[in-house]
Amino acid sequence: MQEQEMTMLGAINLGLDQALAKDGKVLLLGEDIADPAGGIIGVTKGLSTKYGADRVRDTPISEAAILGAAVGAALAGYRPVAEIMFVDLMPIAIDQLLNHAAKMRFMTAGRLTQPLTVRTATLGGMGMGNGATHNQTLEAWFMHIPGLKVVMPSNAADAKGLLTTAIFDDDPVLFIETGALYGARSSVPLGEVAIPFGQANVVRPGEDVTIISYGLGLTQAVAAAEALVAEGISAEVIDLRTLLPVDFPTVLESVAKTRRAVVVHYATRFAGPGAEIAAAIQEELFGQLAAPVVRIGARFTPVPQAPTIEAAAYPNVSDVTDAVRRVMKGVREVVS
Amino acid sequence: MGVATLSTDVQRRIYRLMARMKAVDDRLTKGILSGEFIAIYFSHRGQEGVAAALGAALRETDQLVTTYRGAHDHIGKGIPLVDLFAEIMGKEIAPAKGKSGTMHIASPETGVMLSTGMVGSGIPVAVGLALAAQLDGSDRVVAVSFGDGATNTGAFHEAANMAALWNLPLVMVCQNNLYAEKTPTDHTMKIKKISARATAYDIVGVTVNGNDPDETYAAMSEAVERARSGGGPTLVEALTFRLRGHAIGDDMVYIPKEQLAEAEKNDPYPAYRQRLISSGAFSEDELAAIEAEATAAVNAAVKTVAAAEFPAVETLMEHVYANPEKAPA
Repeated sequence: MQEQEMTMLGAINLGLDQALAKDGKVLLLGEDIADPAGGIIGVTKGLSTKYGADRVRDTPISEAAILGAAVGAALAGYRPVAEIMFVDLMPIAIDQLLNHAAKMRFMTAGRLTQPLTVRTATLGGMGMGNGATHNQTLEAWFMHIPGLKVVMPSNAADAKGLLTTAIFDDDPVLFIETGALYGARSSVPLGEVAIPFGQANVVRPGEDVTIISYGLGLTQAVAAAEALVAEGISAEVIDLRTLLPVDFPTVLESVAKTRRAVVVHYATRFAGPGAEIAAAIQEELFGQLAAPVVRIGARFTPVPQAPTIEAAAYPNVSDVTDAVRRVMKGVREVVS
Repeated sequence: MGVATLSTDVQRRIYRLMARMKAVDDRLTKGILSGEFIAIYFSHRGQEGVAAALGAALRETDQLVTTYRGAHDHIGKGIPLVDLFAEIMGKEIAPAKGKSGTMHIASPETGVMLSTGMVGSGIPVAVGLALAAQLDGSDRVVAVSFGDGATNTGAFHEAANMAALWNLPLVMVCQNNLYAEKTPTDHTMKIKKISARATAYDIVGVTVNGNDPDETYAAMSEAVERARSGGGPTLVEALTFRLRGHAIGDDMVYIPKEQLAEAEKNDPYPAYRQRLISSGAFSEDELAAIEAEATAAVNAAVKTVAAAEFPAVETLMEHVYANPEKAPA
């Protein structure tokens, strides 16, 4: 298939474009999404011009009504893609996702379904000084909702492929984009490629340690793996791609081989997604592990505005390399 | 509001629905208070006139969103009684197989797409259903029923604004029973008429006596017709009363005795019966037959549901996802 290098922003735009072209029931709702704005960051640029302002529909600043309208349209056979500008704004709308969308199939024994997608973005790690309410990394919240799926892509090709799967999935999907990655370029298949959920990607093979991550954390995982080559450490890096479901078989297969694991994410370390991953590894592979599983995540603080302390709130590459060195020695991590 | 020009056919339909609603409520109340059933139930006793008028004003193909206090709305739209009792009692013969409960009954076959236990949250969903009707180019109308308390939620205001902005085929029916849970409406809002809230969204708002089914039907029909003909949403406030409190077992200590006595005096059910008899168009025998039919239908449904089993343990994990293969267990 023909491929083209593009940004993650461009790849998401292309994925939306192809979904709108493929199925007349695909309907986009959100604040600022129609042209000429085409989204707060421009993700939906050109789509209302191409498909009409009825199908790529600007809404008032009414998060509860945006998601509620998506739930209603999904009940009536549409495949709505609702945009909640930033993940920090999800709490305003979460009632509709938590109490209606995620439970509809269950509470009707499958007679009604919710083929809807909620696109949102985290600005965490952009270093723009947006402060505590516009920088959060909240994916762990949504992993507690049976009936929902949670996706967090790390690169342009995955973003397009996973978004296609999300839109045509018959269950509700929360698709979390990462602001810091919108400009990241990679080669993207131009045709329709749907990447299945629950299929992690081994982005870098290795023998000594497995670094498990997703989203922006993956950038650090890969950078750490590359830096550790000089020390003779061969790290395998896994991109989970989806957090609900999690591809445990791929994680466990890798850790069974390497006997060491480090989980990295921008969500808080405490009760972050890494806790679930680490617990699963230790339940399945306890006797085979050469060292305890280490989790690297954000500090348990609201994200501050000033650059010095903002950077200190998030994990960085040296946190990952330090963690890998510790597990290579089999030394237990000191909890900060 | 113009009153009492309804055909006897419509009045008969309304009375039949009210009789069925009252019979269901009486049976559930009796069964729960006696310990015969274990169920959560939010009585609609006293609000039958609103739901019957709404049900009679909607077509079969029209859709409705209601709330946890929605059994009467379901009956108005035509839910089979076995389905209704089975959902409330969580039996395996329920369409939702014991996974819905009183607060969450959906009956897509009759057009009731959602009942929600989250006060106010159904209104945005109705906006989405109405948007779909508009995008489909269909003449389907969506009605959403909610209480006075819901109009204090952000969801109501967001949805009303959106429905007005997009000129959606939506009828917003506020069953103002004067209490939001246990707090009287005049403790929760300064305005005297909830219909005044329509003004803020530049849509039509009307207040009717919800205990007068004929007056309510006229208002509902006008609103439904407005929605169907492209005239946009309407907010209909129907004044009524909740004679049995918030949930069955409510001691109603928060309702002044005089107010309750007055409300009982204005009970729409015997009042409507009297009106139909007085009009000369209905005989005592005909109405008694309608009541007997309602009671018999309720008793038959309860018998069937009481004999049914609860769902098997093996069904727990069904219907969480379309494809549960990789999902956590």
